[in-house]
Amino acid sequence: MATTTTERESTAAGSGAVPARDRLTWRERALFTAAFFLPPRLTPDRVRYDRRYRKLDQHRFIVWFLVPPVLIYLVFVISPFLQAFYYSMTDWSGFDSEFSFTGFDNYERMWHDEKFWDAMGNSVLLLVLGPLITLALGLFFAFMLTAGGRHRRSEPVSGIRGANVYKIVYFFPQVLSIAVIAVMWGRIYSPHGGIVNETLGAVGLDSWKQEDWLGGDLARWCVLAVLCWSFVGFYVVLFSAAMSAIPTQIYEASLLDGAGRWQMFSRLTFPLTWDTIRTGWIYMGIQGLDGFALVNIMVPEHGMDVVPSYLYKKAFQEAQAGYATAIGVALFLVTLVFALIMLLLGRRDRIEM
Amino acid sequence: MSVTRSDGDTRRRATSGGVLNVFAHSFLVLWTVLAAGPLLWVVVSSFRAHADIVAHPFGLPGELHLSNFSHAWRSADLGRYTLNSLIILAGSLTGTMLFGSMAAYVLARFSFRGNRLIHLLFVGGMMFPIFLALVPLFFVLDNFGLLNTRQGLILVYIAYSLPFTVFFLVSFFRTLPTGVQEAATLDGASHTRTFFQIMMPMARPGLISIGIFNFLGQWNQFVLPRVLNVEDADDAVLPQGLAALMIRQSYEGDWGALYAGVTLAMLPVLVVYVAFQRQVQSGLTAGAIR
Repeated sequence: MATTTTERESTAAGSGAVPARDRLTWRERALFTAAFFLPPRLTPDRVRYDRRYRKLDQHRFIVWFLVPPVLIYLVFVISPFLQAFYYSMTDWSGFDSEFSFTGFDNYERMWHDEKFWDAMGNSVLLLVLGPLITLALGLFFAFMLTAGGRHRRSEPVSGIRGANVYKIVYFFPQVLSIAVIAVMWGRIYSPHGGIVNETLGAVGLDSWKQEDWLGGDLARWCVLAVLCWSFVGFYVVLFSAAMSAIPTQIYEASLLDGAGRWQMFSRLTFPLTWDTIRTGWIYMGIQGLDGFALVNIMVPEHGMDVVPSYLYKKAFQEAQAGYATAIGVALFLVTLVFALIMLLLGRRDRIEM
Repeated sequence: MSVTRSDGDTRRRATSGGVLNVFAHSFLVLWTVLAAGPLLWVVVSSFRAHADIVAHPFGLPGELHLSNFSHAWRSADLGRYTLNSLIILAGSLTGTMLFGSMAAYVLARFSFRGNRLIHLLFVGGMMFPIFLALVPLFFVLDNFGLLNTRQGLILVYIAYSLPFTVFFLVSFFRTLPTGVQEAATLDGASHTRTFFQIMMPMARPGLISIGIFNFLGQWNQFVLPRVLNVEDADDAVLPQGLAALMIRQSYEGDWGALYAGVTLAMLPVLVVYVAFQRQVQSGLTAGAIR
């Protein structure tokens, strides 16, 4: 306490050097530290009425609010991601604690693993065609809904009547669980009581019927179709919102210049919604690279694989945890390349705009 | 002069608009059939007997086979799976919203050393495919004794929902006016109080959007429980239960019960969605529009 008095005195005299004023006794230091870890209402008075309290209060708040979320995030997200790179260089089975460091052996094995490349081929197919088909359909329907209506004199473009009802129905698959979708489509493709074969028979295309839609070479296209089916509605809603944000004056001007609907779309709507399209493309690409639930539930054991389902088999059915994480790293690299391409694409188009 | 020209223009386009209108409508109707048809087929088939379904996949129910539903609910345990899903969701959604908004608020409204780094850490998490982490995550949970437990699944759901939640809410909190926060501090409100009683209510629209997003994402989550919650079939969540039901019914040969199960799983969600379609649509697309 004696020190405190002298400090106060020197402050009052105005001659004390800054470090001397800020120096705390060990007891005060303990109090300040305690205050940091105690709830605000238990703050000791000595600390509460100190002029440094405001700062301490703010820091305490920041730390208290950040520590729980960051801790959970570090333990369950960041640390597994980092560990993955290490495990990918081991021969760990996953079922005992013994493993040895094997360098790039797993990657070499992957390079020669035909099944892995099959799965990768399917994943890349979903990654490339999934967004392309889904976004094209989404754009088409969204444009029809916002600008496909009968031409009225008062407005340059008008939506179709009942646009809202269409959007509600199109959005259905988006709120369904992916498990529901996979189970449902597994049955739809089924040769025993499924409706794909039945429909083909009804329209006279009996030769197109398949004994095993999801087991053979057609499986990847079936999965692609379901993937697109489940996301088109999402993009219709997304793009409709983006399109109705475009001011009508722009359309008016283009009408006066004699633009048709196709020109309107390609010269105005498309470039003006490009930012949304690009975001949607990235999102859809990530969905395409997943596809785990669809393949895991819908496709029979002898059918196709995508990279995530192949990884799952290796890790949790064949006890090759090390190799599986190497596959995970490969998947990560593909994601990275895809994201980089999308970023470059965005930059170029923004300049054109 | 310009008036006559634009008049003629309008008339010409009115006819082409008519053609386009028919064209547009037929495509829109076609997709309506494609989008809703499969769902309708499942619902209709859920009232039919197995033999009928296999013989005539497209038929209408002759007599209502309500036993399909009792079968799916009781012997396939869909009731239990739904309860499991609800319990886990109650914990994980609360946790996600609480921790997500806490972190986002601090990151959006306070400047301190490491702020940008932590923000980047969260946002960067969106770039990593979950499958990269899957194997190590399994063993992290195993080490903590959290494997095949509800607490474990809840924590993992929270952790993997945080990146997008934080990313979304940071930009939302930044748009809120600073004046209110300062006024509250001047009036002597503590930081915690300012957050819970002033900032959270102000951020309600954003919280609802991201809440709906997380609700559906966690309710429909399949990969994480498929890997981290497999020991006891009684602990399965609804998506797992459906996948199991599909396998079981293909052995038992009773598609009617499977369709009844799928109907039970999807109808409540669809009803809630139609009732709140505007909020649900904007909630799910919120992240992409911004």
